[in-house]
Amino acid sequence: MNSAIPSIADYYRVLPELIWCGFGVLAMLLQPIARIRHVFSSLAIIGALAGTGASWLAFQRAGLGFFGLIQCDAFSFFFHLLVGTVAFLVVLAAGPYLDREQLPAAEFYALLLFATVGMGVLASAQELLTAFIGLEMSSISSYILAGYRRDSLKSSESAMKYFLLGSFATAFFLYGIALVYGSTGTTMLDKMGNADQASALLKLGLAMILIGLGFKVAAAPFQIWTPDVYEGAPTPVTALFSAGPKAAAFALLLRIFATVPAATHFWFWAFWTLAVLTMFAGNLGALAQTNIKRLLAYSSIAHAGYILVAFAAVTSMAQGGRAEAAAAYAAVLFYLLSYALVKLGAFTIVSQLGGTGEKNLSLDDYAGLSQRQPVVAAMLSIYLLSLLGLPVTAGFFGKFYIFKAAVNSHLLWLAVLMGINSVIGAYYYLRVIVVMYMREPSTEAAAAVPVSFPLPVNVVLAVTAIGTILFGVLPNTVINFILQPTLFGR
Amino acid sequence: MLAGGHLLTVLIFFPAVGALALLLLRGDDHKYIRYLALAVSLAEFILSLFLLLKVPVNATGYQLEEFAKWINQPPINYHLGVDGISLFLVILTTFLTPISVLASWKSIEHRVKEFFIMLLMLEVGVVGVFLSLDLFLFFLFWEVMLIPMALLIGIWGHERRVYAAVKFILYTMAGSIFMLVGIIWLYNATGTFDLPTVQQMLAKGVLQLAPRTEMLLFLAFFVAFAIKVPLFPLHTWLPDAHVEAPTAGSVMLAGVLLKMGTYGMIRFCLPLFPEASHVAAPWVAALAIIGIIYGALVAMVQPNLKKLVAYSSVSHLGFVVLGIFAFHNISMQGAVYQMLAHGISTGALFLLVGMLYDRRHTFEISEYGGLATPMPKLAAFFLFVALSSLGLPILNGFVGEYLILLGTYQRHWQWATWAALGVILSACYLLWSYQRVFFGEIIKEKNRTLPDVSAREKWILATMAVVTLWMGIGSVFITRRTATAAQNVIDQVEPQRPYEAAAPGATAPRSAAAISSTSTASAVERLGAR
Repeated sequence: MNSAIPSIADYYRVLPELIWCGFGVLAMLLQPIARIRHVFSSLAIIGALAGTGASWLAFQRAGLGFFGLIQCDAFSFFFHLLVGTVAFLVVLAAGPYLDREQLPAAEFYALLLFATVGMGVLASAQELLTAFIGLEMSSISSYILAGYRRDSLKSSESAMKYFLLGSFATAFFLYGIALVYGSTGTTMLDKMGNADQASALLKLGLAMILIGLGFKVAAAPFQIWTPDVYEGAPTPVTALFSAGPKAAAFALLLRIFATVPAATHFWFWAFWTLAVLTMFAGNLGALAQTNIKRLLAYSSIAHAGYILVAFAAVTSMAQGGRAEAAAAYAAVLFYLLSYALVKLGAFTIVSQLGGTGEKNLSLDDYAGLSQRQPVVAAMLSIYLLSLLGLPVTAGFFGKFYIFKAAVNSHLLWLAVLMGINSVIGAYYYLRVIVVMYMREPSTEAAAAVPVSFPLPVNVVLAVTAIGTILFGVLPNTVINFILQPTLFGR
Repeated sequence: MLAGGHLLTVLIFFPAVGALALLLLRGDDHKYIRYLALAVSLAEFILSLFLLLKVPVNATGYQLEEFAKWINQPPINYHLGVDGISLFLVILTTFLTPISVLASWKSIEHRVKEFFIMLLMLEVGVVGVFLSLDLFLFFLFWEVMLIPMALLIGIWGHERRVYAAVKFILYTMAGSIFMLVGIIWLYNATGTFDLPTVQQMLAKGVLQLAPRTEMLLFLAFFVAFAIKVPLFPLHTWLPDAHVEAPTAGSVMLAGVLLKMGTYGMIRFCLPLFPEASHVAAPWVAALAIIGIIYGALVAMVQPNLKKLVAYSSVSHLGFVVLGIFAFHNISMQGAVYQMLAHGISTGALFLLVGMLYDRRHTFEISEYGGLATPMPKLAAFFLFVALSSLGLPILNGFVGEYLILLGTYQRHWQWATWAALGVILSACYLLWSYQRVFFGEIIKEKNRTLPDVSAREKWILATMAVVTLWMGIGSVFITRRTATAAQNVIDQVEPQRPYEAAAPGATAPRSAAAISSTSTASAVERLGAR
């Protein structure tokens, strides 16, 4: 804090964001000049990869940056890798989609990269206003992306809903920051521990922040927007929504109560209740769905609920010792990773099978898929089984670690409720598999030409499927890294 | 030696390799697919016979153990081992798989490749369940095996197959999710997923569970197993699954999948939670007895032949559970024996019912009648198998039921008395249905010209019949090998009275293992004398 000039190391610490941002701006600038669409997709691919790679350089210079505004550690490194990879895969999946729907490419990739910047900032923010900037960057880009199919009513509806409800939630978040500042006199997370932890104002502020972030992660009762937005948004964007912003918002939540003691004590019951509500809202809602996108949207809600179970465990354990809590943090990170892979893969398949104008989205369109396109059906089954939490998939270990965290912190009821929800979830995931494998297709569907899967899409599917199986067989590879003691910067 | 020191690993994953090889074949090459599947499953069976050579008869503890670190946080290991109980269950599995392949030779016509892949993957899961000594690994195989079974029912089953498949999978998952919570809880208490380690901790008193905790843990495991068995009143998935499954699916389901439940009780519930097992025993026994009688009564009034066999499974598995929860060496051995015998005789019954279905495409008893005239050989086989199922001496069903009743009687004569009703009822429903299907006048004209068993079917049935007879006569071959393992379980669940397993009259203090083998031998001798 001595000098007012940021050091070189500080810039390294935000290098991923700088690169993503730079490539986004470059795409916008080139838009009037370049006539070939491939220019933009290549640009976006390079940008996403370069930014993700740069997070390694940032990690080499771990520490507080920009006078404590951002914290660069293994935790933020993990999330940069995660959102960067998500961005990369979404770019790959979006290329064929944009071609098919004849949508402009440059803005799409630029917005995607800007959203990624926002998520990156969220993941490393150590100060609430910085976090707010990250949140806004990712949200505003997301609103536009949701409405990217301008001539589709559903897409516009999706964007409108997302925007109105989202800005409402952001207002909550901002108001919460104001209250927290009023109570503690700082917006720096690591300084808040010095203030009076019992202050009602602080608690109110933290509650507001929780509501704001609860909206972003689609926790019940703030989840109403999810199905509509997910359904209306272009499917690659839906893939992004379900993987990226959610992970970033969870990252911020983790960061806040890893550093602010008041949150630890105060949020436990909030998380407990949110987790139960969210799980049931998601799973019960999904039971009645016949549209695959809506089904996956409800499943997203349910999975946010499972992650919140781990949060309840973390808060419960953090009141005791730190050592066990680390395992619960690791459960969250692992779950987010496994979940992001699976949802990206699943939505990419949905996007590809949807056909021009996204018209083949009903479950009936998937009847007999295993006969028409056996490989695609098998891939989708892997993703669904991972969502279901069957062994040999990453989803199983994700769920297993959360179960373990819950049982570890003696939250048996929560574990049992999660168990019940897993069984409900099994029903609708299996239903999709049943439709694909056990139902005969309608005559016109059977006669239709199999949907082609271009190379970039196949890369996405290969990466996600291999990741899902790999982390399902050898979770060690990730867990060892996540469990590093440096993770929480203390 | 063959397969080096990794016989168990080879046993688990050899069918998976076979399935992979099948995957590479062309889908319309039905002939090669069938022959390859048969070759793989036969080779697996022969491999499993090496277990008999390698496992010493009176060995205590787990044999042929394999251990490798898999995941370090939490510490999950790849730990395999075999003892007298799992030994024969593995062989039963590998025996029934080639039988199932042969039974599906003609009746599976579409998606042949996928069918045999699923069958082999099912074998992977089931053998894995029986050989795992790590709680986590056990759970993993337990879950993985669901998918091939559900697909077998759901794709190649009869009219209501999808309903049956989903019901099957949801029931099992509902149970197993709580088992997962139980496993994690146990891990929290012990810091390990390793079954032998947990057992040692219990034996040395390092691990002591509060009664309430122990009960909850017991229930978490028990419910998962009881659904699988299935124990009354959790049995409702079974008739649906059986009736809708293809013949091979029914054979595997009845033959080995149900045994996973009773095996789990023997392997986990009793040794890990002895006190809770004692508290729960009267209740479990009551449910088992209700299951025995209820299953038999429902079987008696079934108009559907396959459902009849399915309900007879509920009844027979009730005996197994009763034998387990009588905590007596003889009844425990009887339970293990009955598991094997039921696998063979009910498997054979499903094969026969499947053969009838292949000819007439119906399971309704009223559609048949007088079949002994057009198909005398099939009728003879059916009678033989029905008699073994109802427990005729010198056939396999008798040994298990007799040992169970004998052991149970020495502990609780009331339980044995009630259960004995089931023996009588099983004679009623099996013989009555046999009479309605095979005797009397031919009512339906179609039945007059039905072909008798083909050469392939004759070989299948003859093999089953030989095994049935051999198990009835040469039961000592099996009981000698299960005795020590059964006594181990009894010792763990009843450490305070290790010598009670002795037959009346045995007074001199001898080692538990010696007593167990003599008492069983004497029981078996008495069988032979009849």
